[in-house]
Amino acid sequence: MPTTHATTPAAKAAAGAVSTRSGTQIRLTDVSKDFGLPEPAVDNISLTIEPGEFMTLLGPSGSGKTTTLNLIAGFETLTTGSILFNGGDVSSLPPHKRNLGMLFQNYALFPHLTVAQNVAYPLRERKLPKAEIAEKVGQVLELVQLTGRDSHYPSQLSGGQQQRVALARAIVFDPNALLLDEPLGALDRNLRGTLQQEIQRIHRELGSTFVFVTHDQEEAMHLSDRIALFNKGRLEQVGTPEALYAAPETLFTARFLGDSNVFDIADSGGATSGSAVAWEDRTLSVEAGTVSPRVAAGASAALVVRPEDVRIATTPDAVPAGANHVSATVRQLDYLGSYRTAVLALGGGGTVGRARLAPQEDDLRVGQAVTAWWHVGRQCVVAV
Amino acid sequence: MTLHPTQSSPVGERPVTAPPSKSPPVTRRIRRRVRGVDPIPWWLKLFVALVAVYLILPTVFVIPMSFGSTRSFAFPPKNLTFDLYRNFFSDERWLTSLQNSVVVGLLAALIATVVGTAAAVGLHHLRGKPAQIIRALLMVPLVAPAIVIAVAVYISFLKWHLVGTLQGYVLAHAAIAVPFVLVAVTSSLSNFDSNLLRASASLGASPSRTFRRVTMPLIGKGILSGAVFAFVTSFDEVVIALFLRDPTFQTMPVQMYNSVTYEIDPTMAAASSLVVVVVTVVCLGLQLLGSRTKKR
Repeated sequence: MPTTHATTPAAKAAAGAVSTRSGTQIRLTDVSKDFGLPEPAVDNISLTIEPGEFMTLLGPSGSGKTTTLNLIAGFETLTTGSILFNGGDVSSLPPHKRNLGMLFQNYALFPHLTVAQNVAYPLRERKLPKAEIAEKVGQVLELVQLTGRDSHYPSQLSGGQQQRVALARAIVFDPNALLLDEPLGALDRNLRGTLQQEIQRIHRELGSTFVFVTHDQEEAMHLSDRIALFNKGRLEQVGTPEALYAAPETLFTARFLGDSNVFDIADSGGATSGSAVAWEDRTLSVEAGTVSPRVAAGASAALVVRPEDVRIATTPDAVPAGANHVSATVRQLDYLGSYRTAVLALGGGGTVGRARLAPQEDDLRVGQAVTAWWHVGRQCVVAV
Repeated sequence: MTLHPTQSSPVGERPVTAPPSKSPPVTRRIRRRVRGVDPIPWWLKLFVALVAVYLILPTVFVIPMSFGSTRSFAFPPKNLTFDLYRNFFSDERWLTSLQNSVVVGLLAALIATVVGTAAAVGLHHLRGKPAQIIRALLMVPLVAPAIVIAVAVYISFLKWHLVGTLQGYVLAHAAIAVPFVLVAVTSSLSNFDSNLLRASASLGASPSRTFRRVTMPLIGKGILSGAVFAFVTSFDEVVIALFLRDPTFQTMPVQMYNSVTYEIDPTMAAASSLVVVVVTVVCLGLQLLGSRTKKR
């Protein structure tokens, strides 16, 4: 897998079936939301969600992802900017006229209505004839595998079943898009996995646009066509899960998605020119294609390597020619079931790193002095 | 009663003294008591009983009296008759005042319920300092001395020619009944999930439709109990009513006051009993209704 920044997110979107599917395009242009706090909650975001795309808004809490979703839903008003559905401006439309399905973390089912009445709610609002409502409710309950529970009340159902009802209710009226606000956050791990598959399957079957908010990077990687990573109200990076993981543009992205070994670089001049950078008393070589376009020449930067790309050599001569390498001490060995990792002290300055061990690297001891090395093409130079 | 292994709380593990499976009620009582913080001592129960008697006795006193003779108040009544009730239902003044009280009570309750519910829902969404201040202001009629309100109402209603009119009674009673509705509806809103409003909006319901289809059904019990309290507040209100009374328009409490102070008419005992029974039935009915819907 080449880790060049040439693989743009748009290229992947265009290559897949994504853009040919039905669904609504959601375009955010220069969107800001200011609650009157020192920092705006959402700071000048522009993002286009393609028709039929599964877009995840990912970020730590307070990063603006939920506010952005609420702006799309119409629950919050824009401070600046505009939101377009299929080219039509909906910025000033109230939520009940935007025709969007929504899933909430706490399900938000109407407790005084039965499962069937909950699912029929949006259809009754749209004044569909009774027979058609009954037919659609039956179909959608079958789709979420909840047939036979029509007359149950939400309190009689488990959390997973309640979220299925909420899902049925949110898609039964053919919404422009489905907005999911951490819908799996309240469920236990096993159930979450099942419902993730369910959501994926329904996304495939409906082909409509899904906008999913989560702070769980694994969930985001697993489900998304593309991820929009938020940080402090701004968009940090937008791209496919592969692009964000393999070619992060900033240290924040590298750290938020997966583990990273981070080497701080004071002067990135050598990186932007595609030769080498200095780290501690060493020189690490750099390939031009692995340098993030957001690294400014001469500014400080970081060189990151994923744990699975770090190899351990017990003698320095075992390092292949051309590979980057640093001295390391094994601090700790962790057994994680299907694989093992080593926590390493890298170089002389106390930089802590991690390596995922290959089967032949089984004979390490804690305290052992080794050499950590990796292929130059496996590293990234990112902005800090 | 056998204890399931899944009930592994300290209560479940404690040996139950009563023979198992033989007397379930005993077992249940024991289990409930250990679950509590402390057992309730006998003297506290006695004290509770005394307080209850103290509160209820005067009200109950009047009922035997209402079956006495028409000549004087007496307790216990010498011979039991329905004379006082016959008096009540044949006297134009009593019947008119009863009708006036019911009409005033219903209209005042209607206004207080609409205003109080709107205020409770609005304040629930507003929150923060301003909401606290407005809420405190709306509660003023509850804590202000009745005589102060009565005098203020009397002076302003004199100017507006509302003294002795149906409208005057309704407006004054609605104002003092609003806090009861506000409290009842606010408490039913306290566990109302505001995400339901968002869910409803996302499903295509306008705010007014959402109020009808989601908010109303979920806080209906609070609105109903607020309305009942508002009606009862108006129905037995006497201080303001005394100031607003007019030979042509009197409510039942005023008529009762007149009958005791000017006429020493024992029919008042029958009237009191009727009021006690009606109010008790309405309030108990509300309680029963509440516990029935909670079961679902």
